[in-house]
Amino acid sequence: MTQQQTAGPPSAGHADLAEEFLDRQTPLSRIRNILHRYPAVSPALVLLVAVVVFGLLNDRFLRVENLSLITQQVSVVGTLAIAQTLIILTAGIDLSVGAVMILSSMVVAQLAVNNGMPAPVALLSGLVVGLAAGALNGFLVTRFRLPPFIVTLGTLNIFIALTLLYSNGATVRGSAMPGLLTWTGTTFPVGPVRISTGVVVMLLLYIAIAFILGKTAWGRHVYAVGDDKEAARLAGIAVNKVLMSVYLAAGAVLAIGAWIQIGRTNAASPNAGVDLNLDSITAVVIGGTSLFGGRGSVWGTLLGALIVGVFRNGLSLAGLDVLYQTLAVGVLIILAVSIDQWIRKVKS
Amino acid sequence: MTMTESAAPRTATREPILKARNLVKTFGRVVGLDGVSLDLYPGEVLAIIGDNGAGKSTLIKCLTGAEVPDSGELFVSGQPVHFKRPQDARVHGIETVYQNLAVSPALDVASNLFLGREERRAGLLGSVFRMLDTKGMRTKAKDELTRLGISTLQDVTVPVENLSGGQRQAVAVARAAAFGSKVVVLDEPTAALGVRESNQVLQLVRDLRDRGLPVILISHNMPHVFDVADRIHIQRLGKCAATITPQSHNMTDAVAIMTGAATA
Repeated sequence: MTQQQTAGPPSAGHADLAEEFLDRQTPLSRIRNILHRYPAVSPALVLLVAVVVFGLLNDRFLRVENLSLITQQVSVVGTLAIAQTLIILTAGIDLSVGAVMILSSMVVAQLAVNNGMPAPVALLSGLVVGLAAGALNGFLVTRFRLPPFIVTLGTLNIFIALTLLYSNGATVRGSAMPGLLTWTGTTFPVGPVRISTGVVVMLLLYIAIAFILGKTAWGRHVYAVGDDKEAARLAGIAVNKVLMSVYLAAGAVLAIGAWIQIGRTNAASPNAGVDLNLDSITAVVIGGTSLFGGRGSVWGTLLGALIVGVFRNGLSLAGLDVLYQTLAVGVLIILAVSIDQWIRKVKS
Repeated sequence: MTMTESAAPRTATREPILKARNLVKTFGRVVGLDGVSLDLYPGEVLAIIGDNGAGKSTLIKCLTGAEVPDSGELFVSGQPVHFKRPQDARVHGIETVYQNLAVSPALDVASNLFLGREERRAGLLGSVFRMLDTKGMRTKAKDELTRLGISTLQDVTVPVENLSGGQRQAVAVARAAAFGSKVVVLDEPTAALGVRESNQVLQLVRDLRDRGLPVILISHNMPHVFDVADRIHIQRLGKCAATITPQSHNMTDAVAIMTGAATA
């Protein structure tokens, strides 16, 4: 029985005899089937190899302080990548994640510092900004049926402009902010290491979103919508409602990302993190989530974000110019997408 | 058993599960349905055949809520119903398997069966954390497949994309037939399948019928229709040209009626 079930490439349209031949498994196709079922396996292997190699290249790499530093460097992109994963799982893409995060952080900082609002109110206002941005993206995608790429390309520019208009291009320093806003930048000791609060917040978000995606009906509907929109609709899923809620959830996650960003950089700057858009997509793609939707996990994304962080940190410790880090990330992206394409061949 | 019973449904006194009377549907100046009536009795396979543009699809869409007829009446178990959406038909136990196979490839068999009607865990885990009862749904999915006599799907944890075309069709049919549905409508279920897989699906249709679930089958494939159908409703130019049985007519007759070369 299982032979027939787990058999290799199904081949509708072939004659029965040909089908029998195609059912035979080679070791390579078996590996492909495993990767297909557990998309987080390949980024986990890449991360492991990268850590071992960089550890051998430089003694300082594997020191706990350095590993702790890598997690801190990853915390903002890692959080943005959660929002990006949600959107990409629905077969969309969000080019505006970085801009929404910066806009939210500017609103929080300005309200607290220049308008003298209490810190919790300022943070809640930041959340409202994130939700509003998500609602705008979701509205344009669901009501006007515009491709998410175009919608978020437009809102990316709108949010950047709004940020600059609102802030007059001025950075708000962390020293002027209430402690709650920079709380995510504080560290606490765990044994010999100091862990940053922002990293813990990011990890809690990963756990929460992984639970919601994997264990709730909403999560399953997100996958179904990204997998095959029409099939999901025919199964009775309110596709537009699911899409809208995904964009709203992404907006909320981005607002939390804004809080982590303020703590990490100890400032809110309108010019920070424009490249965070592409870095978040990089983390998602390297993490094995398919750009075609319906396949992937946030754990893969966390691994993807860590891989990028490890490569950047490891290459700079190895004494290579920063340009080589960018080069390495570029090669990683193309490799990741090639592997994704190869894995998807199981299907056709 | 079903042969003799359903071969003479007009003389039978039992109530049709699904009854349509004088359905009319126009699209602008084009008449899609021109007063079509149809009866579906318990435990029969009713095939609907017809040339392109004869009104097969429109008829099915009116029966399953995908289109709203301009006039005419629909009854489910004798009760008048009005379907405005496919969801309305589903509430009344009419499930449709669409030609393009409405399954989600990356989800496993159990998830597909429960897609859109997931069950949550008991207690706080379900009510507060909205946690799915994955185990329970898998067990129920297995039971349901056994009950429907679908033996080609043993492992409900396999992603649907790893299945063959026939098995995928079985998943789609199982979802339509499961959970207390009254009528299953299959739109061209064998169109994309090979010989062996087609036979599996046809066997599945017979199994459903033998379990008392009536099936409406739309198909272009005459041998398949004559293989499984108890009665055959022939659409021509928006009207029902005839309702025949595989015993009363042969394939040549059916094609002749379909094309207007003969009348029943």
